[in-house]
Amino acid sequence: MAILLLADHDNTTLSDQTAKALTAAAQIGGEIDILIAGKNASDAAAQAAKLAGVRSVIVAEADALEHRLAEPTAALIVALAEGYDTILSPATSTGKNVLPRVAALLDVMQISEVTEVVAADTFKRPIYAGNAIEVVQSTEAKRVLTIRTASFAAAGAAAAEAPVRSVEEAASGDLSRFVENILSQSDRPDLSAAKIIVSGGRALGSDQTFRDVLNPVADKLGAAVGASRAAVDAGYAPNDLQVGQTGKVVAPDLYIACGISGAIQHLAGMKDSKIIVAINTDAEAPIFQVADYGIVGDLFEVLPEMARQL
Amino acid sequence: MKVLVPVKRVIDHNVKIRVKADGSGVDLANVKMSINPFDEIAVEEAVRLKESGAASEVVAVSVGPAQAQDVLRTALAMGADRAILITAETAVEPLAVAKILKGVVEAEEPGLVILGKQAIDDDCNQTGQMLAALLGWSQGTFASGIALGDGNAKVTREVDGGLQVIEINLPAIVTADLRLNEPRYASLPNIMKAKKKPLETKSPEDFGASIARRLTVLRVEEPATRQAGVKVGNVAELLDKLKNEAGVI
Ligand SMILES: Cc1cc2nc3c(=O)[nH]c(=O)nc-3n(C[C@H](O)[C@H](O)[C@H](O)COP(=O)(O)OP(=O)(O)OC[C@H]3O[C@@H](n4cnc5c(N)ncnc54)[C@H](O)[C@@H]3O)c2cc1C
Repeated sequence: MAILLLADHDNTTLSDQTAKALTAAAQIGGEIDILIAGKNASDAAAQAAKLAGVRSVIVAEADALEHRLAEPTAALIVALAEGYDTILSPATSTGKNVLPRVAALLDVMQISEVTEVVAADTFKRPIYAGNAIEVVQSTEAKRVLTIRTASFAAAGAAAAEAPVRSVEEAASGDLSRFVENILSQSDRPDLSAAKIIVSGGRALGSDQTFRDVLNPVADKLGAAVGASRAAVDAGYAPNDLQVGQTGKVVAPDLYIACGISGAIQHLAGMKDSKIIVAINTDAEAPIFQVADYGIVGDLFEVLPEMARQL
Repeated sequence: MKVLVPVKRVIDHNVKIRVKADGSGVDLANVKMSINPFDEIAVEEAVRLKESGAASEVVAVSVGPAQAQDVLRTALAMGADRAILITAETAVEPLAVAKILKGVVEAEEPGLVILGKQAIDDDCNQTGQMLAALLGWSQGTFASGIALGDGNAKVTREVDGGLQVIEINLPAIVTADLRLNEPRYASLPNIMKAKKKPLETKSPEDFGASIARRLTVLRVEEPATRQAGVKVGNVAELLDKLKNEAGVI
């Protein structure tokens, strides 16, 4: 049994999502190779080699792989697939883009967003925005999985570094080209890694107030900032801050929901947080049903007060 | 250029589902069903392409039970020209849906296929990528913008760090994210007109595809539930509890 793990990285830094998916891979059991598809990605590869439980790191570097476009990345994985019975990746935007393409090329039905490894061939995954959990078994010759990283702790460091070897890219035709990344700039912790998240909803009213009211509290707590879909749709916050069924799924120690009603699609992204705090003027808002601590009150008074007292 | 839009009939996004007591699945008896919200966005985008003159025809297609006609009629009322229903009475996995759609694409020869990025029932987020793989086409997933060029398209994608713009060769697969557009409400006259638009019924076998399941669902469970906690009177009390009771700050 061998497992191929497609790493999440930006060529220089390996994201901690890779280390979390590695924990899932270790629970499945078998020899684990980490695949770094990229360009000038030796830094990311070196970080992968230091993770515990890795047999080897495979590096494929090419122009077409610099941004892990779906077509060349899937072709690369398929070219390597013979040696593996499980192929997995964290359910990041790259993993979700690439792995179903791999699964179809291998004629395998993918299991998306695994939250628990029951056995090497059996997994739990949420369906219906997390309102039901499916226990699903794959008896196919190969398994293709994406891992919901909020459900797994990051693997630790290895005593000895795993060997790194290079492979060639695989031909995939010139089907697509990278144009540009328009990435959000922020000094705050990443949503998927943050211990504390301060999240804002429609009630924030504008992008200016979103920042003015949430940032001071987030700064004091060293927290990441999140948002509801309504806040993102209205342009108060960038898309990468959206938490929920179709945004990011997070499980921090503390999630503070400010002016967020608690729609099932939002709860799907944060209800596994350790402690949930809700601040809402409406005592009947559904968010209070999942909140450990609630304040019925105006966030424009509560949050500045919090920033003062912290 | 013809645009093909696959749409799925799913539980309405406002419905709170119930897991069946025997663990065999989710209770769908007598619950409101609708077009998958992401597919509605896909239909809107296709119709806008037609209205702008970039597309010549919009064909909606659904794989599902006979009642999936309803979601096809929704697509027709929004402005699709005709519809194809491929009947399957049991739930069909994304890989099988992609194989059926491959057959539809080969028969219809669209220049662009726009799908929703995920269905809100099984939350798989697979069908578009799988269809692209089976056809050997390029894919622009999680799209919040599509700009058609000459033989290619620029797609703005919602990714973990923000936005990414890629250029993909046509024909191509695009999957729609929430912010691609805001779908229109179909007007009453358009709903009436939609009833007269052509709707063809086919079977998976017509496209040489099997809908036999690959995965076995052993059971469906209730998720862990949270208990509502306490309401606190003021900020000082909240911070005290977070520090001394929960130990998270
Ligand atoms: C297909 C689909 C996918 C979706 N995916 C997501 C997703 O990933 N993430 C997501 O979040 N949503 C998602 N949604 C949207 C979701 O259904 C809700 O519409 C959304 O979460 C609502 O955002 P909100 O709570 O900010 O706004 P609202 O529901 O409008 O709530 C605003 C809240 O603010 C409170 N409020 C108002 N003023 C104040 C004040 N001064 N102080 C304190 N409180 C105040 C109100 O009482 C209210 O509870 C999705 C919907 C669909 C159909």
